[in-house]
Amino acid sequence: MAAYGDDAHDDKPGFFTRWFYSTNHKDIGTLYLIFAILSGVIGGYLSFMMRMELGEPGIQFFEGNVRLFNVYATMHGLIMIFFMVMPAVIGGFGNWFVPIMIGAPDMAFPRMNNFSFWLLPTALICLLASFAFGGFGGGWVMYPPLSTTGSPGPAFDFIIVGLLAAGFSSIFGAINFITTILNMRAPGMTMHKMPLFAWSVLVTAFLLLLALPVLAASLFMLLTDRIPGGTGFFNPEMGGDPVMFQHLFWFFGHPEVYIMILPAFGIVSHVVSTFSKKPIFGYLGMAYAMVAIGVVGFVVWAHHMYTVGMDVDLKAYFIAATLVIAVPTGVKIFSWLATMWGGSIRFSIPMQWALAFIFLFVVGGVTGVALANAGLDTALHDTYYVVAHFHYVLSMGAVFGIFCGFYYWFGKMTGYLYNKWLAGIHFWLFFIGVNVIFMPQHFLGLQGMPRRYVDYPEEFEMWNNVSTLGIIPTGLGVLFFFITVGEAFWRKRPAGDNPWGEGANTLEWTLSSPPPFHSFNTLPRMTDDGGH
Amino acid sequence: MGSHAVEHDYHLVDPSPWPFLSGLAALVWGLGMVIFFGGLVSRNPAEPNAMMEFFFARGLYTIQGRDVSNGGWIILLIGCLFAAYVMYGWWRDVARESAAGDHTPVVDIGLRYGMIMFIMQEAMFFVGWFWMFFELGLWHKVRAKWNPDVTENAVGYASWPPPGIETINPWHIPLMNTLVLLLSGTTVTWAHHALVKGDRKAAKLGLILTVLLGIFFTYLQGVEYMEAYAHRNIDGADGAFWLSTNIYGSAFFLATGFHGLHVLIGTIFLFVCYLRLARGGMKPEKHFGFEAAAWYWHFVDVVWLFLFVFLYVIFQ
Repeated sequence: MAAYGDDAHDDKPGFFTRWFYSTNHKDIGTLYLIFAILSGVIGGYLSFMMRMELGEPGIQFFEGNVRLFNVYATMHGLIMIFFMVMPAVIGGFGNWFVPIMIGAPDMAFPRMNNFSFWLLPTALICLLASFAFGGFGGGWVMYPPLSTTGSPGPAFDFIIVGLLAAGFSSIFGAINFITTILNMRAPGMTMHKMPLFAWSVLVTAFLLLLALPVLAASLFMLLTDRIPGGTGFFNPEMGGDPVMFQHLFWFFGHPEVYIMILPAFGIVSHVVSTFSKKPIFGYLGMAYAMVAIGVVGFVVWAHHMYTVGMDVDLKAYFIAATLVIAVPTGVKIFSWLATMWGGSIRFSIPMQWALAFIFLFVVGGVTGVALANAGLDTALHDTYYVVAHFHYVLSMGAVFGIFCGFYYWFGKMTGYLYNKWLAGIHFWLFFIGVNVIFMPQHFLGLQGMPRRYVDYPEEFEMWNNVSTLGIIPTGLGVLFFFITVGEAFWRKRPAGDNPWGEGANTLEWTLSSPPPFHSFNTLPRMTDDGGH
Repeated sequence: MGSHAVEHDYHLVDPSPWPFLSGLAALVWGLGMVIFFGGLVSRNPAEPNAMMEFFFARGLYTIQGRDVSNGGWIILLIGCLFAAYVMYGWWRDVARESAAGDHTPVVDIGLRYGMIMFIMQEAMFFVGWFWMFFELGLWHKVRAKWNPDVTENAVGYASWPPPGIETINPWHIPLMNTLVLLLSGTTVTWAHHALVKGDRKAAKLGLILTVLLGIFFTYLQGVEYMEAYAHRNIDGADGAFWLSTNIYGSAFFLATGFHGLHVLIGTIFLFVCYLRLARGGMKPEKHFGFEAAAWYWHFVDVVWLFLFVFLYVIFQ
């Protein structure tokens, strides 16, 4: 073994070495979380401005440069997906807790782990550089010809390069997680005894590994299509096909939505089990439901493109395949409910987030089942109904999962307890706020209000007013999030090894808070009844 | 957990500058790519700014011989060299750690998982290119019928390859390339068996032959491209095509081009293994670097077989 850390393994390196040259999964996880919070603030600011603009008909803030509104919408999507949700759930919580939960001292490739992280600031700089050159307003889906001949200049080239960097970051992260989970489980921890969060990250990592390279290929096609005198993959004048980009993009894009939500499933499973003081109901069904969601998630992509002129048989297939996903998702929802059934439930802060997650994800899931039908989707495609749907599953599914995990593991990561009243205020403001923002968007969509417009007719005014009012509690909720975190660091109430009591029985609760630098010097050993 | 000795076989890697420097290198590289392909400033004859134009205007035209006055490619080159330096330092550290015994059996298994996953993602990358190729090659008639705006093209692209394209004869250079790659697959296996049996001389010979065959493949592919490039300006006249001629050229050059890039990477990978072998590295019982290079080489070979069968032969 390397000489470093052999005798005094809790000796941390100096500041620069520790945070810039890190090979420690917990430090890298912390970097990811800080990065995700920073990106969340940027992405949140963009959505705040959009909602302010849409508060009433007419142009309020984007006078003279209405295209900037579309730039904001595009960047909000890209930043929230690639730089907030993914770094938080996979890079942040995945790095922090997958090795600990499986009883490993670190990730399989600690140096590559840091490489995955440091590609992200590079990618974010590229995306922000795009702003400096006018930005790209063609939507996060980047359809040609808006992204080829429609956007000359360096702005979109920067987005391509930034997304390639973020993609490689995730691919290397996925390789790391798969290797860690398959190769470094503690003695006695078989795959079927592995905590569900590790299962969720394993499935997510496979989705990343198989979906992102296809995005990389299609980004290269966009790049060469954009060069004057270059290729014509998506250019009909040269025999190319713009719809082909949509197929390639959504082959990546649909697994991408499961990449964002599956780790949240894993977190919520642990929280529901902990605060019901019961093992998770149907553990194997829960694990394989995620596998099923991952597998079927690869063959449903064209339900994002019902209006491109597909053959009706093809539509029928994609409807059927998409509806199939409701089955494993239902397995998960009902297993969470069955876990709580007859349990000794404690409404702690993480449990509140988990319950809200289940409720809101069901709402988003039900609108998803509606949208899966091509006939209905033809009417609702690109309306605010779709916006409401994916914000219910992502900004209220994935993001509630992130906050759920944050408040569940905050004591473990920092060693401090947060003030539960402040955290409760954060939860209630946020919960009320996002519902006020997004519930009315269902109605706007059903009325026919299209996405991605800076202005709208007065008929849509009322629900837009309500929707914009929702940013007040949401914004205050975010403020209380920072107050809660700041207060916890200020007051320094020690969390102890396990603040949650007997329900919390995964390995991280056997370690001190925060855990030793390399977690385990002696590997934990699983017993047959699942103890350790 | 007290501070007692480590009782497991995992490799806890020391802090390393390479990942952070990789991020910086990627930034320079990415900036170089943007400038090289698109440029950051447009040439402005009214207010010429020689410095800005030299470094930040489009560099690709320099290569295409249309304008020799700007150097965006310099930034791309610096980024590539920076990245190459980081990769050298990083893998040198890995080789040293391996020599120091950090790569215990369990770590070795982890490296194997890692390489398999890496090759899986490479395979998916080529799935993207083949998807493009098959969609264009198989559904061109459907596509032309859908879109009334391009009825002109319905005639122009009603067949595959599009009319006026004279495809490359697969039984000349492409067949030769197939044989070269298949042969290189046998020489790398020869080298591997020799290494396992402890015959280092034969291992070195087999490996350097593999590298030479890889270089020969790249050379032949280069000849094919140069021929096409030399005839690019007489599009259609004699059936010559370039990547900007039409969709056939785009698909052909990007699909074979990305494969060629992977051949180059594989060749360098094998050459590094040769250097390590020549310096006394690689043991008969432990030489995963070599095996990874061989796996990668076989993967590149298989991709070529798909290209040869579908792109050169069936869809010619």
